[in-house]
Amino acid sequence: MGIRVERAPAPLWIRPLLPLLAVLLTFVITAGLVMAVGVNPFTAYYYFIVEPLAGRVSAIEVLVKATPLLLTGAAVTFAFVGGYWNIGAEGQLYAGATAATAVGLLMEGVPSWLAIPAVVLAGFVAGVLWALPPALMKVKLAIDEVVTTLLLNSVALFGVSALLNGPWRNPISQWPQSPEIAASAIFPRLIPRTRLHLGFLLAIAIILVLWFVINRTAFGLRMRAVGLGPRAARFAGIRVERTVLTAALVSGGIAGVAGASQLAGIHYSLIEAISPGYGYTGIIVATLGTLNMVGVALAALFIGLIDTGAQTVSRALGVPVYLGDVIQATLLLVTLSVLLFQFYRIRWGRRAG
Amino acid sequence: MSGELLLTFAVGLLAATLRVATPLLYATIGEVLTERAGILNLGIEGIMFLGAFVGFAAAAQAVEAGLAGHLWVGLAAAVLAGVLMGLLMAFLTVTLGLNQHVSGLGITLLATALSLYGFRLVFGESSVLPSIEPFGQFSVFGDLPVLGPIFRQYGLTYLAFLVLVPLSWWVLYRSTFGLNIRAVGENPEAADAAGVSVFRVRYAAVILGAALMAVGGAFLSLAQLGAFSPGLIAGRGWVCIALVIFARWDPVRAMWGALLFGGVFALQLRLQTLGLELPFEAFLALPYLVTIGVLALAGRQVEYPGAYLKPYRRE
Repeated sequence: MGIRVERAPAPLWIRPLLPLLAVLLTFVITAGLVMAVGVNPFTAYYYFIVEPLAGRVSAIEVLVKATPLLLTGAAVTFAFVGGYWNIGAEGQLYAGATAATAVGLLMEGVPSWLAIPAVVLAGFVAGVLWALPPALMKVKLAIDEVVTTLLLNSVALFGVSALLNGPWRNPISQWPQSPEIAASAIFPRLIPRTRLHLGFLLAIAIILVLWFVINRTAFGLRMRAVGLGPRAARFAGIRVERTVLTAALVSGGIAGVAGASQLAGIHYSLIEAISPGYGYTGIIVATLGTLNMVGVALAALFIGLIDTGAQTVSRALGVPVYLGDVIQATLLLVTLSVLLFQFYRIRWGRRAG
Repeated sequence: MSGELLLTFAVGLLAATLRVATPLLYATIGEVLTERAGILNLGIEGIMFLGAFVGFAAAAQAVEAGLAGHLWVGLAAAVLAGVLMGLLMAFLTVTLGLNQHVSGLGITLLATALSLYGFRLVFGESSVLPSIEPFGQFSVFGDLPVLGPIFRQYGLTYLAFLVLVPLSWWVLYRSTFGLNIRAVGENPEAADAAGVSVFRVRYAAVILGAALMAVGGAFLSLAQLGAFSPGLIAGRGWVCIALVIFARWDPVRAMWGALLFGGVFALQLRLQTLGLELPFEAFLALPYLVTIGVLALAGRQVEYPGAYLKPYRRE
């Protein structure tokens, strides 16, 4: 007895339903953990996905939580579509946040219309630079990018830690926290008395641009061709190396913008905990969004909801807040499995031959 | 006088090196076996964390229940947790043939979240970290003068260096199982044609590897610290991913790599306690940078297992 996976494309109308199926399955699978705390899973899920949307403040908080995920999700998706497995969004985010801090500190007395673009640009450039070595190694030396991009995440974190425990350490409190960036470099709030900031609009704009690039430009067509099969793409006369390099670097740059946005929109000074793993969560968002930008936007909002909901559930029912992380991780694995039905079907039974 | 001081320093450093290298050695050899079968298991970071948590939680429960041998209960529970995670990883990547790196990262996220969730469930939100009586250190050579501290180690450290390294070398290069692992990792089609069950061998390698990763994590909570905290693993799993490449998928070279990193880590810790103003993060980033450098220099000559990252489907 065993499970067999056979090639058999599913009808097109099923595809958008698969992520929804994954969400449902995930809630079924994680129900046991909720019951382990003596809480009715339906009550818990109500607090998870309905309650945060019921109030104005918490509904806006969902958008705040979704902002970095929109960016890292878009970054990861852009690379994955181009066939480049960028696992390094986390490190690129830290690089972006660091450069944004450095530039933001210099913007004292510079007007906002100049300071804010400078901070965003710094984040983008640093993300690109952090993504550059593995991308070059991939393109020039055919070295698999999965491990190199992953390892650079740890290096970025050590770099930030070195800065915060060295030149940027707060001289009075001795905390590993950089000075605050210039007031003119701080992102304006979109709605008063909430944390929703310019970064949200920036993220939406970037997603729209990337959607256009992927779906409506010649470069996007080439990129998708490379992602589907580099060999066939090369045969069709596409310059595969240049395409992969561009996808990898743009991806890194957008992850860097995520870092700049968290810095200038939320924290104002660099701390080690500026990302609780947004780069990795970006992979969840990209997968759940089935590697298309509309899906990514919806997935980021959904994960933002889960993040907000985890706090609601924790406050209201005493379920440990980490349930949100368990749900997200389960969702990733379930989505990955369920998406198999796009192109394959699963047969039960004895293996032939 | 200063010579004597230097000797004490060196002896202490060597002893610490062996301790730091131990969890890395278990997990790296686990990853070597896994990758040799053609599967990259990026679940390593999470599986080590889960092993540390489950081992600790089970040991603490055993103490509460008044069971003797609580540490062995913990170790067994950690192995079981590793086996379960290995089973999940194998199901995703071998049976379903899903993307290995995304599956592996998913396992890391899941195992980490489950551990933190479980920690809150079992121990609540107390501000004092719970602790247990950890494994003791002993010397198989009795109390040697001067060099004594080097040999005062945990049983798991002895096991890692004196049993695991030679045994895994023997399994990989001298046993049928090891031959099969290498066969399905290099050329699954040929192995399949030769009558080797690619599925079964890959399952076995992934599960065995994950169990070793869990033991590596459990070493930290059950032996070195006797406690569990959220920052316990702190990227050690990723160090092992680097070490596997550094060791070019060989258990003996993995040992040298683990010792080298253990030495660098122990040294920076000692220099730090001496109050030297050095950017210690540079030391910590070293294994990653060296590995990336090695990859860049060796370039196309790095010999990955032939079927690395490739699922196998009969079609």
